[in-house]
Amino acid sequence: MNPENYLYLASILFVIGAVGVLVRRNAIVVFMCIELMLNASNLAFVAFARLNGNIDGQVVAFFVMVVAAAEVVIGLAVIVTIFRTRRSASVDDPNLLKL
Amino acid sequence: MIELLAATSPTSTGEAVAFWFLAPTAVVAAVMILLSRKAVHSALWMATTMIVLAVLFIMQGGIFLGVVQVVVYTGAVMMLFLFVLMLVGVDASDSFVETLRAQRVAGILLGAGFGVLLIAAVSRATFPEATGVGAANDAAGGHVEAIAEAIFTRYVFTFEVVSIVLITAAVGAMALTHRERLTPRRPQPELSVDRIRSAHPTPHPSPGVYAQHNAVDTPALLPDGTASEASVPDELRRQGTVRYTELEDARKQEDEDGEQG
Repeated sequence: MNPENYLYLASILFVIGAVGVLVRRNAIVVFMCIELMLNASNLAFVAFARLNGNIDGQVVAFFVMVVAAAEVVIGLAVIVTIFRTRRSASVDDPNLLKL
Repeated sequence: MIELLAATSPTSTGEAVAFWFLAPTAVVAAVMILLSRKAVHSALWMATTMIVLAVLFIMQGGIFLGVVQVVVYTGAVMMLFLFVLMLVGVDASDSFVETLRAQRVAGILLGAGFGVLLIAAVSRATFPEATGVGAANDAAGGHVEAIAEAIFTRYVFTFEVVSIVLITAAVGAMALTHRERLTPRRPQPELSVDRIRSAHPTPHPSPGVYAQHNAVDTPALLPDGTASEASVPDELRRQGTVRYTELEDARKQEDEDGEQG
């Protein structure tokens, strides 16, 4: 097996996440798809670290994880705040600025 | 063990078998995130994908990263997702009504195009002969030592910035979910004084007519056979879901008939 197969897997997972962000309406599922995209990019970083024979790719993947954790905290807090005022977790409902 | 897992260039048969078993699992789980109607099912598929990815990290020599993946993602992040799902309501299933016409088709087409672009780019690129991270690990004297050396020397500035990001996120989450009290909080002494001064300092009668019912929405019967309104919670009375006994219903009916007649 070729180690580049990991990159193909990462591409496929990233695309599935991107389609999920475009297609799904529930804000929490959209968020999970964003996490999937971040995870796919982490897989690519780890594969690159192995292909190039240095540890830097893994360190970058580690930082991506930390930033993703911070992003999840803020994103879910925003979702909870919107749910409190609008009683809905759909990304279609906060459309008060629409004409 | 670390030498074994440090994934040197031509991949072993064991790694190939594991990859061809795990990669389809990850892809199927990722597709199921999209297809699940309920958000909780999506969360479970997401956890599956993350655990599979952790194993893939470990297979490629990222042992530390694999453990962090399990602890941070499947541990902390997924639990946070499930907490918020419980807050928002587990039963709320996604509506599949499109607000923008043909948005789903357009999204899938865009995704397919993007996928073709990515895969074409990966297939056209030439990669170096994979050397594995074994040499880098050995130079630092171990895998965790190698990562620690990178984080605390070359990437120390990034490390500090990331810590600021985390603190800001924690404060931001508290600020976003904080709710102001609209009415001042009434302390216990004040409540007890109010109760003693009220006409009813003793506890309210317990609900339920025990020979026939035993439920909080059934009022207790007073010695003269009428229902005691104080025995059912205020909230139920407000909702109008108090369950009177048949006797009480008949008496009310009689009263109404008497008033009309």
